[in-house]
Amino acid sequence: MINIEIDGKKLKVEEGKTILEIARENNIEIPSLCYHEDVLPKEGCRLCLVEIEGMKGLHTSCGTYALDNMVIRTKTKEILETRKTNLKLLFAQHVEKCNECVWNNRCKMLDYAKKWKVSINEWEDRKKDYPKYIFGNAISYDSSKCINCFNCVQICQNQGIGFLEVKKEGAFHKVVPSKDKNKDCVYCGQCVSHCPSGTFSPVNPSLEIEKKIKEGKYVVFQYAPAIRSSIGEEFGFDYGSIVIEQMIAGIKKLGVKKVFDVSLGADLVTIEEANELIERVTKKEKLPMFTSCCPAWVKYVEFYKPELIPNLTEVKSPHILLGGLIKTYFAEKEKIEAKDIVVVSVMPCTSKKYEIQREELKIDGENCVDYVLTTHELATLFLKHKIDLSKIKGEDKDELLGFSSSAGVIFGSSGGVAESATRTAFYKLLNKKIEKIDFKEFRGVKEIKEAIVQIGDIKLRVAVVHGLKNAKEIIENNLSDFDYIEVMSCPMGCVGGGGQPVPTSKEIRKKRSDALYKIDAEAEIRIADENPRVQKIYQDFLTNKEIINKIAYTKFSQKQKEN
Amino acid sequence: MNIIEKLKKAELKGRGGAGFPTYLKWESVLKEKSDLKYIICNAAEGELDLKKDKYILENYLDEVLNGIKIALETIDNSLAYIYLNKEYYSLIKDKVRDPKITLIQEEGGYIGGEETVAINVIEGKNPEPRKRPPFVSQKGLFQKPTLVNNVETFYYVSKIEKGEYEQERFYMLVGESIKGGVYELKEKMTIREILKETNNYPKEPFYVQAGGGVCGEIFLEEEFDQEIIGEGFIRVITYNEDPFKIMERWAEFLNSQNCDKCTPCREGIYRILEMVKNRNLKGIEEIFLALEKTSFCALGRGAPTSFRSLINKVILK
Ligand code: SF4
Ligand code: SF4
Ligand code: SF4
Ligand code: SF4
Ligand code: FES
Repeated sequence: MINIEIDGKKLKVEEGKTILEIARENNIEIPSLCYHEDVLPKEGCRLCLVEIEGMKGLHTSCGTYALDNMVIRTKTKEILETRKTNLKLLFAQHVEKCNECVWNNRCKMLDYAKKWKVSINEWEDRKKDYPKYIFGNAISYDSSKCINCFNCVQICQNQGIGFLEVKKEGAFHKVVPSKDKNKDCVYCGQCVSHCPSGTFSPVNPSLEIEKKIKEGKYVVFQYAPAIRSSIGEEFGFDYGSIVIEQMIAGIKKLGVKKVFDVSLGADLVTIEEANELIERVTKKEKLPMFTSCCPAWVKYVEFYKPELIPNLTEVKSPHILLGGLIKTYFAEKEKIEAKDIVVVSVMPCTSKKYEIQREELKIDGENCVDYVLTTHELATLFLKHKIDLSKIKGEDKDELLGFSSSAGVIFGSSGGVAESATRTAFYKLLNKKIEKIDFKEFRGVKEIKEAIVQIGDIKLRVAVVHGLKNAKEIIENNLSDFDYIEVMSCPMGCVGGGGQPVPTSKEIRKKRSDALYKIDAEAEIRIADENPRVQKIYQDFLTNKEIINKIAYTKFSQKQKEN
Repeated sequence: MNIIEKLKKAELKGRGGAGFPTYLKWESVLKEKSDLKYIICNAAEGELDLKKDKYILENYLDEVLNGIKIALETIDNSLAYIYLNKEYYSLIKDKVRDPKITLIQEEGGYIGGEETVAINVIEGKNPEPRKRPPFVSQKGLFQKPTLVNNVETFYYVSKIEKGEYEQERFYMLVGESIKGGVYELKEKMTIREILKETNNYPKEPFYVQAGGGVCGEIFLEEEFDQEIIGEGFIRVITYNEDPFKIMERWAEFLNSQNCDKCTPCREGIYRILEMVKNRNLKGIEEIFLALEKTSFCALGRGAPTSFRSLINKVILK
């Protein structure tokens, strides 16, 4: 422990922490913009300034470690003055486009400007003519908003991708997409989550969706497992609050006809994926088998490791599968033509926006899913229509495709798919005699988790990975140690997805994830196979191999550079 | 007497501009425990119009190499790099044959000369400054104790070892109204003496910028009787020259050469450039303050000195 003093407050703190960390822990407010705990501090914005006795000039609190006996001041006149100038200078490069910004209504830059009375339009924005790039019709990079913190470059590197590069053009350094033919974006959206200036954002289809609703189309929404524990954040709920009924009511208010739960799709994926896994393990074929419900991971394999395409499970991702059912099973029941239905998935994810464009997913010429909205985009749509989830009376989801087991809910967190599939494998192989239902070894924040699960005679060696760099590490080092590998591109899985509300942090992701496991712990039906809806769908509709193949399976192929 | 004592006795100070006693630098690297240590001869020289190190490399390469060798012998288990301005690389690349000395081309332009930038570049990383502490003498190149000295410093190390040092240093003089060039003269000469002795004292009224390249302060004629502290560089400017044009040149240079890492330097200097181009300096002092107090590295922090003194001493007068 060391002793320090901040603004006259004497503190005893652990060694090895930055001044900013300590200040936060002790409720001392220091502004910060470019700092993000998921990347190394680059100390670029120069807003988090402090004065340290005996050290010349001002110092950044995000990049300066507290040392014993440091006397720190955070509110001297010099600090207040110079950080105002720096904020003004930040605005002088950044073009404000707040309506389309992921930080809209929670923008630190604007908050500080207001609080410090900084005029944000003193100069003409230096970047006003900077271009906008679109990657895979999923990610938008509007470089006129960039404030040069380079978090995106780091986070893209942390993903093992390195698609974003810093290049000097003329007098200035810029973030640019790589021209290297061996590098491409996988649409994970982590750049979106980690950009402090809204420069990266998902490509938003809200206007088109509103148009469809206006035209009187039969619009159906389905929401991903991970939405329920994050959308509340946009409306002032605590982190980890479960907000489902209010969201459904809100969606209905938009003029949407039905709202379904993608967790049901996850249940179906579980069953098919477990079948495939058991088959491959018994035949010792195409092992290890990889999960494929994360489209950024799939694109990663297709582009960077095409030799591993056979290892991906060919089961579709949950929302595609359920979307397909909506346009077939549901359409038939309701006597609506598939082409008149518009399916919108609400997803924590940006790569799903890319996924729905895949030709091979079409069923009878129809897209399974027509649009993907991120959690944040749905919240923005609510705000636009003056729908406040904290004030609305909840509604139930729609019966037919609305009910899931809790195994389908934990799909939203890293480890959830593996746990769900393992439960089902037990259920199938041991004739419904469940010996174990909680697989704690698959859960938690660790980036690579390994476990051996003995199911009867079958020894299943499982790895659960989040973050593409970690997947790469396994692929390059010990692939043959495993039979089944779950990969999610985003930190902690979809709870940390690129379409989730900002800000994000380890703690926030953990709270979102814990909330899903809490639902699971309290649920009555915790195995996909026991979901009566699932059983009914197999009885009524998915009755033979051919139709199952059509609805639930797909193929992957090598990809060339797209961006 | 060993070399450290000789350096101490000669009172040699680093010639990269900072003026830190050389023997202290050497000592601090010597006292670190490490299986490997590094020596970097900094020849990045990226200052506007400054070509002093180039002159030394062209004329006295053997002395410089000898200085580096002395360091290699003094510091056990050490290897050396010469970190060179791109232009200078080709000048000497065929002339250095010592297996313990590796030549590296500088990157990053103006800030490329900052010692932590040099270390990043040699390690193959982005040309950006590093934060201190740790100091490079403890954890420098590849996290090993590292001695960084400028070309001129190594030249004089060699002279001192041979007992030929006569308290001299190099000066470079530039200006539209003078012949200029690089001169080896006594240390501790006043600006006036330097200009007079080298026949670079214009007839028409003038002032100078001295001591820090593009960031050097402005001195008026009545201030010429002081020594130059810092970089041995003098820019002679006559009153016929447009001071705004001079500032424009500085600002253009800084704007294109900085690393763009931090807000005050990247955006502040851009705005300064805009202001001097528009001949409207309203608000410039606010930017100076942010630069001085909040920039990441010494280059941003030092940038206002020249502008401010030109504005106060020449433009506002
Ligand atoms: S970051 Fe986004 S919300 Fe904030 S000022 Fe910029 S555009 Fe507006
Ligand atoms: S795009 Fe965003 S994250 Fe990337 S450098 Fe610019 S401001 Fe930072
Ligand atoms: S979406 Fe992912 S892969 Fe693409 S640029 Fe952003 S961080 Fe990199
Ligand atoms: S002051 Fe900042 S932007 Fe300027 S050179 Fe130093 S680190 Fe780079
Ligand atoms: S938050 Fe510390 S420099 Fe930006």
